[in-house]
Amino acid sequence: MDFFILMLVIPLVSGALLTVVGERDWAPNLNIIASLGTFLAAVGLTAEIVANGPRFAFGEQFFIDSLNVFFVALTAFVGLTTSIFSGPYMRNEQEHGRLTRPRLRLYKSMYQLFMFTMLAALTTNNLGILWVAMEAATLTTVLLVSLYRTPARLEAAWKYFILCGVGIAQALFGTILLYFAAERVLGESGNALLWTHLIDVKAQLEPNIMALSFIFLLVGYGTKVGLAPLHNWLPDAHAEGPTPVSAVLSGLLLNVALYAILRCKVLADGAIPGDFAGKLMIGFGLFTLLVAAFFLSRQKDVKRMFAYSSIEHMGLITFAFGMGGPVANFAGLLHMTMHSLTKSAIFFAVGHATQKTGTQLMENIRGLIRINPLIGWGLMLGTLAILGMPPFGVFASEFMILTHAMKHYPWATPILLLGLGVAFAAIFGKVQPMVFGETEAKHLPHAPAITPVFLHLGIVLMLGLYIPPYLTRWFHEAARMLG
Amino acid sequence: MNAAIPFSAQLINLFAAVILLLAFAMLAQRRMLALINLFALQGFTLCLSTLVVAVTTGQSHLYYSAGLTLLLKAMVLPWILHRLVRKLNVKSEVEALINIPTTMLVGLLLVMIAFNVALPISQLSQTITRGTLGIAMAVVMLAFLMMITRQKAITQVVGFLSMENGLFLAATSATYGMPIVVELGIAVIILGVFFFQIRDQFDSLDIRHMERLKDN
Repeated sequence: MDFFILMLVIPLVSGALLTVVGERDWAPNLNIIASLGTFLAAVGLTAEIVANGPRFAFGEQFFIDSLNVFFVALTAFVGLTTSIFSGPYMRNEQEHGRLTRPRLRLYKSMYQLFMFTMLAALTTNNLGILWVAMEAATLTTVLLVSLYRTPARLEAAWKYFILCGVGIAQALFGTILLYFAAERVLGESGNALLWTHLIDVKAQLEPNIMALSFIFLLVGYGTKVGLAPLHNWLPDAHAEGPTPVSAVLSGLLLNVALYAILRCKVLADGAIPGDFAGKLMIGFGLFTLLVAAFFLSRQKDVKRMFAYSSIEHMGLITFAFGMGGPVANFAGLLHMTMHSLTKSAIFFAVGHATQKTGTQLMENIRGLIRINPLIGWGLMLGTLAILGMPPFGVFASEFMILTHAMKHYPWATPILLLGLGVAFAAIFGKVQPMVFGETEAKHLPHAPAITPVFLHLGIVLMLGLYIPPYLTRWFHEAARMLG
Repeated sequence: MNAAIPFSAQLINLFAAVILLLAFAMLAQRRMLALINLFALQGFTLCLSTLVVAVTTGQSHLYYSAGLTLLLKAMVLPWILHRLVRKLNVKSEVEALINIPTTMLVGLLLVMIAFNVALPISQLSQTITRGTLGIAMAVVMLAFLMMITRQKAITQVVGFLSMENGLFLAATSATYGMPIVVELGIAVIILGVFFFQIRDQFDSLDIRHMERLKDN
């Protein structure tokens, strides 16, 4: 059977199945098996694309090339490890009486549907379907964020829903304008929203409309990426949702939203003379980086702090893609990969740490290394990795972004260094006493899943030291597509 | 000049203007139930304008859109909102953060901005209803303003739905309907779920209770 169809069908069917059969003892395993199936299908699809080049599916409605197959593989992989992590995590939550069985059922079915919407958003060729999938991803995650029915959780979910709802409405307006521009060239047919058709005629698209359209698309999807000043929902949703949800929000959803912007940027670049889209992204990226860095130092909640760290990295990545060109795009893609893997590993470690200590307040989390050395080291190494310490892969991508900025946008370099420096001081100063220091331990009924943490960090470390040639080729290919 | 514009285009422009007017009326409205009625009226006008576009252009899928708009925006949603207001005993007064005359002035300014931004683009369009793009953008901005300045969750939702009306107007009138229309109503299903949970937790639908999460 077709790997692509398999990849979309597995999460959809298992999501429905998990809803119907309800919470059983084997439900967590089904969740993992479904994620594994999705991952294997994604690997198969990747191999197929690498061997045979880009392909369509369902007529021309879906299109897979080297750019999005890279995101697909990453999404399916983190989806798999997160489902492994969430097994014992959710059981512990249940033992603590924080989640009931119907809630767990909701969690698993929404998790699978969320994977489905993300994979659909990544692989679609139709900008309308892309928009619908992004909206559906918002709705499923709203339910995931509000999984615990406490006032703070509901507030976070409400804020998330309204802000991202408005954002997604802006993106729809941008999409309408894009269609408006496209139908002048392609005529009134369903093709006017197909990316592969648009890319062929991008030079003929009316620049004024495209400029306005790209602004709306950037602001709209940018809300979901967490670009300042529209980032307000992000720390709340990350801090209040269950930790596996924080991990996939940070590691995957932000990437998917950024991917949507990148697809639109390629079109805008072709239509608008001058580097309009790039400059806009550079501005938003730098501003986001700075805002997030300074908010970082004021955080007391550990998940909130790492949520701000995600905003910071998204700013950096947006900046990298804004600079454009093969080197910066390569660095941006690499950084997206590194950030996804590292940040989700951190959230895994943080999740177990908060379960052990029973709090998310950093001042009350102390001496993780004594409670559980593996979690302690996982958090410490993850933090060092995300802060861009060599030899981890984040260092490589940040270094590339910095040197490229120095060469082409020298004025931006001090801002970048300031942002990264402030973030380093803020995060390291807070994580260090959490890991070392004195504490009394608490025993968890279910042993935490440590493997995903070290699996992710291991890959990040490996990619920092050595990027296999086929991966380099793949990144180059994807970076070239972005122009 | 006016004679050159066909009757149907004039009709669509008229409906678009009515939608804009209703957006202003919603901004000025102090009573919750009247606000919902205005929203229903806006949905109905939107349905009429979509119908005119459908008849003029002969695009069959626009008939479905018009029907769905009538069903969802003019009937089902207002009915649900009405029921919610009564069931949850929301105070009938709309509470605004900024007083209403000031909001109206800001709204005027937004409309001018929207028209100016849309002007160069509408001139490029060959569709009969190009003028509506500016109006649609103005409606979106006014709805946005309403969401920002109102305190009740329910008013924010009305603002959100009104924003969707503006987008829908842009999609149908300015571009003859993109094939995405059905989706717009979906977001609403979740809202109902939400209201009841917020009700459980806060005993009211006031956003002011939602101030716990902050960066101090």
